[in-house]
Amino acid sequence: MTQSVVVQVGQCGNQVGCRFWDLALREYASVNKRGLYDEATSSFFRNVDTRKGATCSVGGQIQHLKARAVLVDMEEGVIGQILQGPLRELFDSAQLLTDVSGSGNNWATGHMTYGSVYRELIVDKLRKAAELCDCLQCFFLIHSLGGGTGSGLGTRVLGLLEEEFPGVSRIVTSMYPSAEDDVITSPYNSVLAMRELTEHADCVLPVENQSLIDIVQKIQAVAHGSKPELMVRRDGTVSSGQGGVHEVEKPFDAMNNIVANLLLNMTSSARFEGSLNVDLNEIAMNLVPFPRLHYLVPSLTPLYTLADVNAVPRRLDQMFSDAFSKDNQLIRADPKQSMYLACALMVRGNVHVSDLRRNIERLRPSLPFVSWNQEGWKTGLCSVPPVGHSHSLLALANNTCVKLNFMELKERFIKLYRKKAHLHHFLHVEGMDVGCFTEAASSLNSLIEEYDCLDATKARLTRDPPRLRIAA
Amino acid sequence: MRFSKLKETTFSAELECSCVLFGPVMSVVTVQLGQCGNQVGQELFDVLCSDALAGQRKTYSTASCERFFHQTAQGELEARAVLIDMEPKAINSSRTKALRGGRWRYGEDSHFSQKQGSGNNWANGFCIHGPHHKDAVEELVRREVERCDRLAGLMTMMSVAGGTGSGVGTYITQCLRDIYPSSFVLNHLTWPFGTGEVILQNYNSVLTLAHLYQLSDAIVVHENDTVHRICSRLLNIKPIAFTDINRVIAHQLGGVLQPALTPDSNGVYSLNPIGELVSALCCHPEYKLLSVSTIPQMPSSSVPYSSFSWTGLLKHLRQMLISNTKMEEGIDWHVRPPPASGRIRSAAGSSFNTSLANLLVLRGKDVYSAETGSFEDATIYTPWLSPAEAFSAWKSPTPFNKYEKSATLVSNSQALLGPLDDIVRKAWNMFASRAYIHQYDAFGISEENFLDSFTALEQVISSYRELQS
Repeated sequence: MTQSVVVQVGQCGNQVGCRFWDLALREYASVNKRGLYDEATSSFFRNVDTRKGATCSVGGQIQHLKARAVLVDMEEGVIGQILQGPLRELFDSAQLLTDVSGSGNNWATGHMTYGSVYRELIVDKLRKAAELCDCLQCFFLIHSLGGGTGSGLGTRVLGLLEEEFPGVSRIVTSMYPSAEDDVITSPYNSVLAMRELTEHADCVLPVENQSLIDIVQKIQAVAHGSKPELMVRRDGTVSSGQGGVHEVEKPFDAMNNIVANLLLNMTSSARFEGSLNVDLNEIAMNLVPFPRLHYLVPSLTPLYTLADVNAVPRRLDQMFSDAFSKDNQLIRADPKQSMYLACALMVRGNVHVSDLRRNIERLRPSLPFVSWNQEGWKTGLCSVPPVGHSHSLLALANNTCVKLNFMELKERFIKLYRKKAHLHHFLHVEGMDVGCFTEAASSLNSLIEEYDCLDATKARLTRDPPRLRIAA
Repeated sequence: MRFSKLKETTFSAELECSCVLFGPVMSVVTVQLGQCGNQVGQELFDVLCSDALAGQRKTYSTASCERFFHQTAQGELEARAVLIDMEPKAINSSRTKALRGGRWRYGEDSHFSQKQGSGNNWANGFCIHGPHHKDAVEELVRREVERCDRLAGLMTMMSVAGGTGSGVGTYITQCLRDIYPSSFVLNHLTWPFGTGEVILQNYNSVLTLAHLYQLSDAIVVHENDTVHRICSRLLNIKPIAFTDINRVIAHQLGGVLQPALTPDSNGVYSLNPIGELVSALCCHPEYKLLSVSTIPQMPSSSVPYSSFSWTGLLKHLRQMLISNTKMEEGIDWHVRPPPASGRIRSAAGSSFNTSLANLLVLRGKDVYSAETGSFEDATIYTPWLSPAEAFSAWKSPTPFNKYEKSATLVSNSQALLGPLDDIVRKAWNMFASRAYIHQYDAFGISEENFLDSFTALEQVISSYRELQS
C-alpha cells in the first residue's frame, strides 16, 4: 500500500485541511479498534516512537501519530489556531511554513514574491515529508482560488511538486469563488491559478462555496425539522464533525467537513478492503481521456443518515439517483444538460455488485455520455462504510458542465480586466507582466473550447467509425 | 475420439475400490494475477478441496488433491498456486479467507505483491511491472513446479479489464511459455460487465486477447454478465456479491478440471487433463476461445431434493449450445441446425451457434448410461472436422460438488463471437477519438501497437464468423 502527503496552502486550504485530519482520525479510530498501526493508517499518518523519537514501521501499536502533511500560510492566524487546538500533536514544526503579512488577496504576491522567497524551504519540507514515506503515490493539494496565498503560492507549490516529484500524482482540491464572492480580485486570482491547474495538476476537484452552503442548509432543514421520523444521526451527516477530536464546531466547519469527507471517500477504496478495489492511480487513469480535461465534478450521497433504526432505510437506489442530482454536487451546474466524458462511482459499505449493476442500467438512459465512451463507468466497492453511515457513494464525473463555471469565471475576469481595475497591484509585483494575464485568459479560453468541441458532438448523430478490414 | 464401447463395459461403479493410479501423478500449477484472479482462484481451490474431501471417495480424492494441492509434512493441504498482484490487499484477503476455511491454505511464501497497482493500464502492467518483477515471479512459479512430481500444465487466472491481471498476466504468460516450452498453458479469463466496470476495459481487453492469442494453448472465458445472470435467475441470489459470481465460475471450472476418465486415459483418471483438453478443442491456432456451460445449476438448498435424468440434462445442454443460451433458462427451442444437405446459411446469419469442437464432462450417478450421441451430430459442427474428431466426452462416476449428476460443456464455438465483437467495436470507437491513448503511450504502448492488436482480433472475429460456411 502507498502513502499520500496532504499539502494545505492558505487560509481556506488549512481550514479544510484541519477538518480533514480530524475526520481522518475519527475514521481510523472507528475502523481500527485495536489501535494497530496498519497499512491503512500509514497511508496518511506516520507512527512515532515517543521515547526514541523515531518513525515506526507498520505492525506495532499506535504510539504517536503524525500527519503526512505540509502546512503553508502567509498569515499566522489559521495555523496558529491549529497549533493551539487538539490536533497540534499531529504536526511537527518542520511541517509548517508561515509568514505574517499575508498575500493581500493578490495571486502575484503569493505566486511570484513568496514563491521565490520560500522556494527552497518549501521544497525542503516537501522532500522531508516524502522521505518519511515508504512508497509515496500522491500529493493532495488543498487550496482556494479566490485569494492570494492559496491561489498564488498554492499553484506555485503545484509547479514545484511536478518539478521535484515527477513520478508522484497531484490531485488538487480547489475551492472556486462564487459570483457573490466578496474578494474583488478573485476573478484575476482564479483565472491566473486555473492556468497552473490545467498545466500541472493530474486532476482537479472543483468545489464551490455556494454548493457547500446549500448542502449544509439542506441538512440543517432536515435535522431541525419537526418530523420525528426524520431524526438525523448526529454523526451521520456529510457535514458533521461529531466524534472527532474537536469539541466545538466553528462556523465553516460544516462546509469544510463536506470537502474532508470527499477526500476520505475518494481514498477509501485504496486504503481499505473491498471486492472491487480502486487504487488512487486508477482514478485519473480512467477519468482523464485527454490531458487537460481533468476537472472532475464531485457528488456525495447520502447527505445524512436517519437516526431511527426502525425507519425505512433510505433505499439504496435513491442513493444512486441522488449522486446525479445537482443538489448533491459540489459545484453548481447541471450535468444532465451537458455531456459525461467519464464517471466514477466509488461505493462504500454494505453494497454489492448487483446493486451497482442494477443502478447503472437504470440511470444510464437518462445520462448523456459522449459517443466514444457510452459505457464510461469506473466502479469501486469498498467494504468499510464512512462513520455514521451504513453505505455511501461518491461520484466523480468528468462532465462538460464544468465549462459553464469556467465561462462564468471568464466573464467576471473580462469585466475587471477590460477596465484594468486593480491591475497595477498585480503588475507591480516582480515577475508579473501583462503577458501572464493574456496567457492565463488564453489558456482558459482554449480549455472552454475543448469542452465546446466535445459538446458539439452531442447534437451530431455519430455513426460508429468503420472497422478495420483484413485481407480475406 | 470416442469413448470406446470396450472401455465402458469393463468399467464399473467399483472403480473407486479397484482403480490403481499408474505412474507419477501430474499436477497443475495455477498463477493467480490481480484482484480478480486472486479472488476467483481462492474460490476455485475452495470448491476443488471441498469436493475432493467429500465422502468416501478415496481414489478420486487422492487424484484431485495431488493434482491441485501439495501435502505438507503435517498433512496440511497447500494449493499449488502462486499469487501475484501489484498491490497487497486482494492477496491478503484471499490468503486470510483460505486460512479461515481451515481445510486448505496457500503456501506461506507463494505470493508476490508490490505497493502500487497498475492503475488499470495494460501498458503499465505489461511494459513496466511485468519486466520489473519477472525474476521474482518466475522464481515463485519454479518453486511450485518443482514441488510437483510432474507438471500437467500451467493455468493463469486473471481479468482482462484491469491493469495487473491483463498486463502483467499477459507478460507472465509470455515468460512461462519461454521457460516451460513443452508444457501446456491454459489461460482463464474473466470478461467484465458490458455496461462498464472500468473505463479502460475495452482497450485492456483488446491488448490482452491479441497478445495471448500468440501465446496461449487455450483461452477459457467467463463473462461477468453471464455469471451474474446465472446467480440471479437460476440461483435466486439477492443481492449478488462478487463472491457469488466467483463461486459459480469456480463450480464451472471445477467441473472441467476435477479428475475424470478420458478416452485416452485407459480406464483410470486422466493424468493429463490440460493436454487432453487442448488437443480435444484447440486443434487450430486461429480458434482458441472456449466457453463453459454447466447443467444443472440451482440454489444449494434445492440440490439435495432434485433429481435429473441424463437424457433431460443433455437435451437442454445441447440446445443451450446451438441456440447460444448460456444457462438453462430462456432457452430458445426454435433454433435448429440447418439440414445436413445444402448447407447454405443466410447472409444475415442465423441465430444458430456453429461449433468447431466440443468437450462434454459428465459426472455422477449412472454416468455410463448417458447417451451423448446428439453431440456427435454433424450438423452442429463446421464441416472441416468429422464429428468423431470434433467431439470428446470425459466421464466420472463420482458426483461433483454435491450435484448427483452434472454436465459441463467446454465449447470452441461462436458463443464468444458476439461478446468479442462488442469489445472490439467499443474499443475501436474509443480509439478513433484517441481518448486515453496518452495514458498508454506514457508507458510504452503506441498507436501502432494498438493497431496491431485490433488487426489480430479482427482476424479472430473473421475466423469465427467463417465457421458457418
